[in-house]
Amino acid sequence: MFAYIVRRLLWAVVLLVVLSMVTFSIFYLVPLLGGATPETLAARYVGRAATPETVHLTAEKLGLLDPVPVQYWNWLKGVFVGASYDYGAGVEQCPAPCLGYSFVTKQPVWPELLDRAPVTISLALGASIIWLVAGLSVGVISALRRGTIFDRGAMGIALAGVSLPIFFTGLIALAFFSYKLRITAPGGTFVPFSENPARWAYSLLLPWITLAFLFSAQYARLTRAGMLETMTEDYIRTARAKGLPERRVILKHALRGALTPVLTIFGLDVGLLLGGAVLTEKTFSLNGLGKYGYDAIVNQDLPKILGVTLVAGFFVIMTNLFVDLLYGVIDPRVRLE
Amino acid sequence: MTTSALRDLVTRHPGQADQEPFLEVVDLRVHFPTDDGLVKSVDGLSFALDRGRTLGIVGESGSGKSVTSLAIMGLHTRPASEQTRPGAQLSGEIYLEGEDLLAKSPEYVRSLRGKRMAMIFQDPLSAMNPYYTVGHQIIEAYRIHNPVNKKVARKHAVDMLGRVGIPEPSRRVDAYPHQFSGGMRQRAMIAMALSCDPDLLIADEPTTALDVTVQAQILDLIRDLQSEFNSAVVLITHDLGVVAELADDVLVMYAGRAMEYGSADQLFNRPVHPYTWGLLGSMPRFDRPRSERLLAIKGAPPSLINVPSGCPFHPRCSYAARNNGRSEEVLPELAPVETGHTVACHLTQIEREQIWEHEIAPKL
Amino acid sequence: MNHSRSWRGRALAVAGLSATLVLAACGGGGGEAGSQQGSSSQGAQAAFNAASTSVVNPSDKKGGTLKFANEGDWDTLDPGETYYAYSWNFARLYGRSLMMFQSAPGKEGNQLVPDLAEAAGEPSDGAKTWTYKLRKGVKFDDGAEVTSADVKYAVLRSTDKQIFPNGPAYWDALLDLPSGYKGPYKTPNMNTDSAIETPDEYTIVFHMKKPFAAFDYLAQQPDTMPVPKDKDTGAKYRNSIVSTGPYKFADVQPGKSFNLVRNDQWDQATDPNRKALPDRIEVTLNVNADDIDNRILSGDLDVAVTAVGVQPAAQSRILQDPNLKANADNPLGVRNWYTSIIPTVAPLNNIECRKAIMYAMDHTAYQTAYGGVFAGGDIATTILPPSVPGHADFDLFPSGPDHKGDLDAAKKSLEACGQPNGFATNMGYRAERPKEKATAEAFQQALGRVGIQLTLKPYPQGDYFAQYCGLPPYVVKNKLGLCTNGWAADWPDGFGFLSQITDSRVIRPAGGSSNMSVRIPEVDKMLDQALTELNTDKRNQMWGEIDKRVMEEAVIYPGVYSKSLLARSKNASNIFVTDAYGEYDYLGLGAQK
Repeated sequence: MFAYIVRRLLWAVVLLVVLSMVTFSIFYLVPLLGGATPETLAARYVGRAATPETVHLTAEKLGLLDPVPVQYWNWLKGVFVGASYDYGAGVEQCPAPCLGYSFVTKQPVWPELLDRAPVTISLALGASIIWLVAGLSVGVISALRRGTIFDRGAMGIALAGVSLPIFFTGLIALAFFSYKLRITAPGGTFVPFSENPARWAYSLLLPWITLAFLFSAQYARLTRAGMLETMTEDYIRTARAKGLPERRVILKHALRGALTPVLTIFGLDVGLLLGGAVLTEKTFSLNGLGKYGYDAIVNQDLPKILGVTLVAGFFVIMTNLFVDLLYGVIDPRVRLE
Repeated sequence: MTTSALRDLVTRHPGQADQEPFLEVVDLRVHFPTDDGLVKSVDGLSFALDRGRTLGIVGESGSGKSVTSLAIMGLHTRPASEQTRPGAQLSGEIYLEGEDLLAKSPEYVRSLRGKRMAMIFQDPLSAMNPYYTVGHQIIEAYRIHNPVNKKVARKHAVDMLGRVGIPEPSRRVDAYPHQFSGGMRQRAMIAMALSCDPDLLIADEPTTALDVTVQAQILDLIRDLQSEFNSAVVLITHDLGVVAELADDVLVMYAGRAMEYGSADQLFNRPVHPYTWGLLGSMPRFDRPRSERLLAIKGAPPSLINVPSGCPFHPRCSYAARNNGRSEEVLPELAPVETGHTVACHLTQIEREQIWEHEIAPKL
Repeated sequence: MNHSRSWRGRALAVAGLSATLVLAACGGGGGEAGSQQGSSSQGAQAAFNAASTSVVNPSDKKGGTLKFANEGDWDTLDPGETYYAYSWNFARLYGRSLMMFQSAPGKEGNQLVPDLAEAAGEPSDGAKTWTYKLRKGVKFDDGAEVTSADVKYAVLRSTDKQIFPNGPAYWDALLDLPSGYKGPYKTPNMNTDSAIETPDEYTIVFHMKKPFAAFDYLAQQPDTMPVPKDKDTGAKYRNSIVSTGPYKFADVQPGKSFNLVRNDQWDQATDPNRKALPDRIEVTLNVNADDIDNRILSGDLDVAVTAVGVQPAAQSRILQDPNLKANADNPLGVRNWYTSIIPTVAPLNNIECRKAIMYAMDHTAYQTAYGGVFAGGDIATTILPPSVPGHADFDLFPSGPDHKGDLDAAKKSLEACGQPNGFATNMGYRAERPKEKATAEAFQQALGRVGIQLTLKPYPQGDYFAQYCGLPPYVVKNKLGLCTNGWAADWPDGFGFLSQITDSRVIRPAGGSSNMSVRIPEVDKMLDQALTELNTDKRNQMWGEIDKRVMEEAVIYPGVYSKSLLARSKNASNIFVTDAYGEYDYLGLGAQK
C-alpha cells in the first residue's frame, strides 16, 4: 500500500510537468504555428494607442521574443528556484515557486492562486457535503418509494436541478433571497474562515445551496439506481433472514452496496470542482480559482492560465489518487497493487 | 379437506404422535400477482416437522421449494419500505410451536428470525455482504437478539467459527467473505445462521454451489450441529443424493404441490409417484450399466400461471393416459399409501405396485 | 479611449433575461421603486433622464459611504497608464491633474478648469510652448508638497511604453523629447528640458514639436497627476498610489476591491473644484454584471462604475416599469457608431454611388441594430456627437421623414454614377459583435431595395484594423466597399474626435488605423489649421466645418450617437451626468448614509 502511494505520487509529479508542457504549448506555441508572430501575440496586451514600437517592447518584456522552449525553460526554472521581475523603478525577487507574472495586471501569479484557492475549496467542500447528504437521502427514499408521488416529484426536481444552468438559478436565488428577502448574503461578500467562521458560512450559504442543487440531482438518481439494484441482492435477503430491523437492512446493508459508485463519482466531481467552479463563482462574484481562470482566458493572460491549469490539474490528480485509495478501502474485494 | 384431516395425514414420527409438531404447515398457498397473471408458486402445501428431525424438500426449479421456506421465515411480507407494489398473497397456516406465524404481525415474525428460525442459502458468496467482515456479520446477527457488548459478541463469533470447523477462527473472524474458499464460506454462513441457537434451520440448497468433497463435509456439519442443538432442519434441494444422506422425511414437490410425502426409507425403497420414479431414475449412478438410457422425465416444468388442469404432472406422466382423461380433469388429493406415506396420484395401488415392480425398480 | 468593456457572452445575457422575466412575473417592480426614499425630501420627484441636464438630489451634506462596483478589473488605477473614460472620471477623486473637466452637469461638464494649475495654460511660440503655474500648498497624502518636478516626472514616466503599454501616447508623439529617450527608468540621466522644463518649483513648461492649440485638453489627462519619484514603483505603483486628491487609498486588494478614505492632507482652500462630500468610497471589482444591476435597483449598490449601461435583463425591467424608469438616465456618450464607405473600391470611387448609399440606407434599422433609442443611441447625421463642442446640427443626406431612407434620391444618384440597376460589393464587420452583424444585415436589406447587393464578411475583431478592414491593400483586393466602424474620443473635443478618423496621414499601408475611408487633402489642412487657432470658440467652429466637409464626401455613414441606460443610485446625492465622459460625474456624488 505504501509503495503504491509513493509510486502514484511520483507519477503525479510527472503528470504535472507534462501538463505544464502541454498547456504551455497550447498557449505559447500553437499560435505561432498558426501564423502569429511574437508581435501579434504581444498586441493583445497593449492599449489602443500602441505603436508598433510599443508592441515590440511589450513582446520583449513578456519574453515572447525568445523561442518557446527557452520561454518554457525560464518558466520552469522560476518554479523551482524563483525569478526576478523588473517593474521599472526597480527589480523584484519572485521566490520559488514563481509561476510568473500576469501579462495584464503585472502581479505575481502564485500568491494570487494561494489567495483564491481557499474560496474555491470552501465552495466545493461545503456544497459537496450538502449535495452528498441530500442526494443520498432523496435517492434512498425514492428507491424505497419507487413510483410514488415522492419518487416522481423528487426525480422531477432532480431533472430541473440538472437542467437549469447555475447562472440562471444563481441569479434568481440572489435576486430573491439576497436582495428581496434579505436573508442571504449578496454576491461577492466572501469572508475567509480564519477571519470569521460564522460570516464565512453566511457568505457561502446561497452559493452552496445553489451549487448543491445542481449536483444533488445526479446523486439522487445514482443512489436511487444503486439502491434499486442492491435491494435485489441476496445478501439483503440474508440480512432480513437474520432478523435485522428493516432500517438497518437499508442503511447498513443496501446503502453500503449502492455507495461505491456514488463515492467514486463524488471524489471525481469534487476534484473537478476544486479546480474552479467557474459558473458559480462568476454568478456569485466569488474570487476563486474558477473565476480567476475564466478571467485569465478572456484576457488571454497566459501566465495566469498556466497557473490555474496546474492548480486544477493538481487537484484532479490528487483527488483521483484519493478516490483510488478510497476504493480499496470501501470495497474490500479490490486489491491495490 | 378439513384442517384436522390434513393434519392427520401429515407424517408424524412414531412416538410423538400425541405431541404438537414443532413446525406444521397447513394448506400453504403463496401466489404472486404479476403483469402476466397470477403466479401460483405454492398451491396447497402441508407438512410437519419435529425437533431433531430433518425434512428434505425435493423438486425441480420452480417447484416452490424456496418460496415455501421464505414463507416460513416470513420473508414474503414486504417491509413497509417496499409497500408500493402488490406483493405476495399468502394463505394457510404455518405453526411454529403452536403459533400461526401467518396470523402474527410482521414485527413479531422478524423477532423470531435469526433467533428461533434461521436460514442458510445456496450461494454463500452472494448471500453474504461483501463489504463487511464475516465476524461483523455474525456479531451483528448475534447482537440483534442478545444485548451484549461487542467484546462478548466477538468471542462468541470466534467460537462459532471454530465450531463449524474453520481453522484459526480468531484470525479469520476479521476476514471478508471473498477471502474464504467456497466450503469455508458456507461454514461461515452456517455459523452466522446458528449464532443464536435457532430451533429451526432451513437450508436452501446448501451444497449446490460446492465441490463434491466439500459437500460431504458440510452435510456432516449440519448433521452434527443438528444433533448438538436438537434443531429441526428443513433441507431444500434438487439433489436426491443429499436427501438420502441427511433427511429423515422427504417431501416431493411439483408445481407448488406435494406429490409424495413420506420417510426417506419409504421414498427411496418404495416410491409410488411417477414423478418420484422419474427423479430417482434420472440420477446417474455408477453401479448401473451405461448402455441403459437414463430415465429422463419428458417435457419441461410447467408455467405456474397456467398450471395444467387436473393433475399438474399429467403432461409429463407416462401413465396419465390410463385414466381415461381423469388426470386432465381432476386434481388428485394426497392419499395414504402406508403409515406416514402419502401420495397425490390417480394410479391405483395395484397399478403402482405393478409398474414399480416391472418397469421402474429393475432400472434403478 | 475605451468606453465599453468587451462584449459579454450571449448566454449570460439570455440567462439574465430569463431571470428577469421570472422576477418581473413575481411583481418585481413593486417593492423597491415604489418607495420614493431619497428623492422625496430633496425636492421634486426625478424623471427619466433628469440627470443628463440637471442635478438630481442636490445636497451639500458631507459624510456617508458610496459603493461602487466594476464587473471586471480596473485596467489600472495608475494615472499614468489608465485609459478608460470611467477611470479618468474616477481618478479625479484621488489625483489632481493640471487641468480638469469641471464637475458640473451637462454641457458645463465639458468645460476645462484649472485644477493643479492656477489658470489655463499660457501659449507661446506659436502655440508650440505652453506654460502652467501650479497652485501652492497642494500636498501628497504623505504630507510632501507637490512641485512642478513631480508633474514632470509623472508625464515622463508615462512615456515608458514598455512598463506602461496600455495608456494614451500623446506625449510620446507630440512632446519634443530627445531622440533615444526611453523614459526615466531606462534613461534616467538624459536631459529632457527640450520637452519639459521646470524653471521653478511652481512652474512647468511644455515644448511641442508642432503647434497644438488645444493643449489644455492634453493637460487634463490623468498622466499629469503628480507622482513622487521616491515613491514611484513603476508597474507596481498601481497598488500603492500616492494621492493628491480629497481621497486616498486604503485596503487595496488587487483584483478584488479597494477603498477610498479621506485624504487629511487635502486642503479645500487649494481646491475650488471639488466638494468631496462622502467620507468613504468602497469599490468592489469583478462582480457579476447582472448582480450589479440587481443590487443598484434594490439599493445595495450605488454606482456601476464602468457606465456601459445596464444588462439587457435589467434594461427591460427598467423600461417597462414607470417607477424604475423615472429613476434611470440615458446619457449620450462621446462615441459615434458609423460605417466607412471606402472610395478605393469601385464603383464607390464615384461620389454619386456613395451618395446613393447615404440615401438608401434605413437609418432606423441602424439604430435598432444597436439596441434602439435607449440602449443604442440617437440617430446620427454628423460625425461629431452633440456633446462635443463644435458639433453642428446638419443632415446632408436626409433619409426621408421616417428616417428609413430616401429611395428616390438614391435611385437618382445611382443613375448619376452610371449604375442605374445598382451594383455589388462586400461589407466587412467584426464577427464577435452582434450589433455590428445586425448593422451589416440592416445595410444588406436596406440597400437591396435599390439593387445594391452586399455580401457580408465577418472578421475577427482582434485583427480587424490591422489585417482586414483597416489594411488598405486587403480592402481593395477583397472589394470591401463598406466596413462597420466606430469611434470614441479620448476627450470631447474636435481634435480628439476627428484627428484619428479624418486625417489621411494616419492611414498606414501596413494597416491598423481607424481611418478607413477619408483621404481629403483639404481636410488635412483644415485639421492642422484648427490646431493653431487659440480662440476656443473659433477653433470649435472649425471642427464643425471639418465635420461637414468630410460628410460632403460621403465616405462616412454616421449611425448612432451612442447612449447607455444607467440606473440611478438610491443612496447618492448630487447625481448628474457630465458631458465630458457621458457618465455620472463621480466627483460630485455625495452619500445620504
